[in-house]
Amino acid sequence: MTFKVLLEMFPIALMFATPIIITALGGLFSERSGIVNIALEGIMMIGSFAAATVTVLLEDSTPLAPWIGLVVAALAGMVFSLLHAFASINLKANQTISGTALNILSSGLTIYLCQIIFHQQRTKVFQSGIQRVTVPFLCDIPIIGKLFFTSIYPTFYLAILLVFVTWFVVYKTRFGLRMRACGENPQAAASMGINVTRMRYTGVLTSGLLAGLAGGIMVLTTDIQFTQTSIHGTGFIAIASLVFGKWNPFGVLGAGIFFGFSTALSFYAKDISFLSAAPIEFFYMLPYIMTIVALVIFAGKSVGPKAAGEIYDSGKR
Amino acid sequence: MTKRAEKIVLPIISILLGFLLGAAIVAATGRSVPAMFAAMIKAISGFDILNGQPFNPRYIGEFVVQAMPIILTGLSFAFASRTGLFSIGAEGQIMVGSMAATAAALYINAPAWIHVPLVLLCAALAGALWGAIPGFLKAYFNVPEVTVTIMLNYVGLYLNNFMVLNVFGSTDRVKTAFFPQSALLESPFLESITRNSRLNWGFIPVILSLLLFWFIINKTTFGYSLRAVGYNKEAARYAGMKVNRNIVLSLMIAGAFSGLAGAIITTGTFNFGRVVTAAEGYGFDGIAVALVGGNEAIGILLSGMLFGMLKAAQPLMQVQGIPREIAGIIQAAIVLFVAMQYGIKMIIDKIGKRKTTAPATEGERV
Repeated sequence: MTFKVLLEMFPIALMFATPIIITALGGLFSERSGIVNIALEGIMMIGSFAAATVTVLLEDSTPLAPWIGLVVAALAGMVFSLLHAFASINLKANQTISGTALNILSSGLTIYLCQIIFHQQRTKVFQSGIQRVTVPFLCDIPIIGKLFFTSIYPTFYLAILLVFVTWFVVYKTRFGLRMRACGENPQAAASMGINVTRMRYTGVLTSGLLAGLAGGIMVLTTDIQFTQTSIHGTGFIAIASLVFGKWNPFGVLGAGIFFGFSTALSFYAKDISFLSAAPIEFFYMLPYIMTIVALVIFAGKSVGPKAAGEIYDSGKR
Repeated sequence: MTKRAEKIVLPIISILLGFLLGAAIVAATGRSVPAMFAAMIKAISGFDILNGQPFNPRYIGEFVVQAMPIILTGLSFAFASRTGLFSIGAEGQIMVGSMAATAAALYINAPAWIHVPLVLLCAALAGALWGAIPGFLKAYFNVPEVTVTIMLNYVGLYLNNFMVLNVFGSTDRVKTAFFPQSALLESPFLESITRNSRLNWGFIPVILSLLLFWFIINKTTFGYSLRAVGYNKEAARYAGMKVNRNIVLSLMIAGAFSGLAGAIITTGTFNFGRVVTAAEGYGFDGIAVALVGGNEAIGILLSGMLFGMLKAAQPLMQVQGIPREIAGIIQAAIVLFVAMQYGIKMIIDKIGKRKTTAPATEGERV
């Protein structure tokens, strides 16, 4: 019985894990380049609003509407993150404050636009978001086929792909090495002729692109419309996954799946005999408590990019 | 500019730019800019300049009600900020404060002059305990307080909901039973002079908190050592200050201010404990209040009133066809401009230099 529930829970857990993983990868790019991006939550909101709006407006004319929505979401996230990049790189703003401002701005702006476009505080309900797929042949593999290849959102495969791409870019290319240098010691990087400003812009804009995409994926897989609570802290959990995963793409993948499971538990707890007695609020709290526990276990040991969060002063040594 | 002038001029420029941006967005989306400003004036003064309706003190009462909790969350953020900590935990501390206030209101049986202070005290203590968690983890495990406080916001929200539904008891699964009269901050007198607004005695703990903040930070050795930790942790440690203890205490006091805000909302604005489905934004409002107020008591009072006015103007703007979220946009824009102070300062200095070729003044930097 419990095993059957776990089997059923698996695709749901991966569905919740997908936006966490992709957003955390975005955070990885930003922090590796030296800019802390606490605005990931707000960027996800922007992406999620954009994706839902485009899907609602286009779905009568094309079946590809959700996918177009995702592209727009990623672009919208990137444009929005430009604000954070400009404030924290050019104007040397405190990165946490600038990120917080963006978070407040996103919840105001998205609902404002909903009121303008849909005359209500949320988007209209879209008919169909992203559809689940079952991969032929692979789904016949015993156990694994059931878990990973049967009625899974294709966006999960996109997340896996992005993990590998991120790993390759960050650790195997000259660009990645330079970007990491900017996050560890920007003055040294600059002395080797690396353009710190451009590297950090690339890092922040990539994080905006990925977080926007993830927000879009989140609304189109877990929701029926965009509302003020569509993202409800997932961006912050992504930041925690980044710490939990020690700023490493594969670590982020593991942490994301872990948080995906703890979110899914809140939906399935009532079906699991030894958990059904606990109040539902306990399971709502669980991902956030697990995050704190994870931080306590790992924060002392795992050291992130040394210069992340510090204002870049080219004259400092 | 001198440093002192900077502290006043830069926030004012940020505020003006924020309103300008808000007006631009309202205009760009085809709504009426004068109506927006008229709503704000109505919210703060009770006068309706567009329609020439008679003065209505109810609006002033409502505007003060909106300003009260965000002044407290502003103090909360600022207090931690002075110790060099970035606490985003006001939202959760409000929830546990609200929860404790509900418990104290429902279970304690006492005359009002004991009951009300007890309710406030319980809420402040609960907030302080909630603040102690990130403080302890920061001081002894070096866990970043930003992430912990954000996570605790959600935990506090669900904890409050759990308590309301399963412990305090709720017949409609939305709220608890009504509180006894002795626990409430409401005042028929204040209501009568503001034409039935929700104005209540909550402003007294708010004023006391402002004074307490000013006194601790500016007038005590303890406050000095907190600020020293904020300026330079290692130097403070070297000077023999108890850095870890200060971090914990600072976040606890910050938590107490927010917890108090929870009590004021629960026993002032409402008279029952509530199930809250999503954070109500008082915590983030507080960050804006503190940043614009320069983390000083007097600044927080003024900027708290500014943002309280924006919140009170929201329903008035919605009536005029302007989406109420414009208030949030303006607020965020102001915070963003405050964060960009360095850039704004550079621009001002550049303009100043072009006009006068006077020698560099003391405030000028390279």
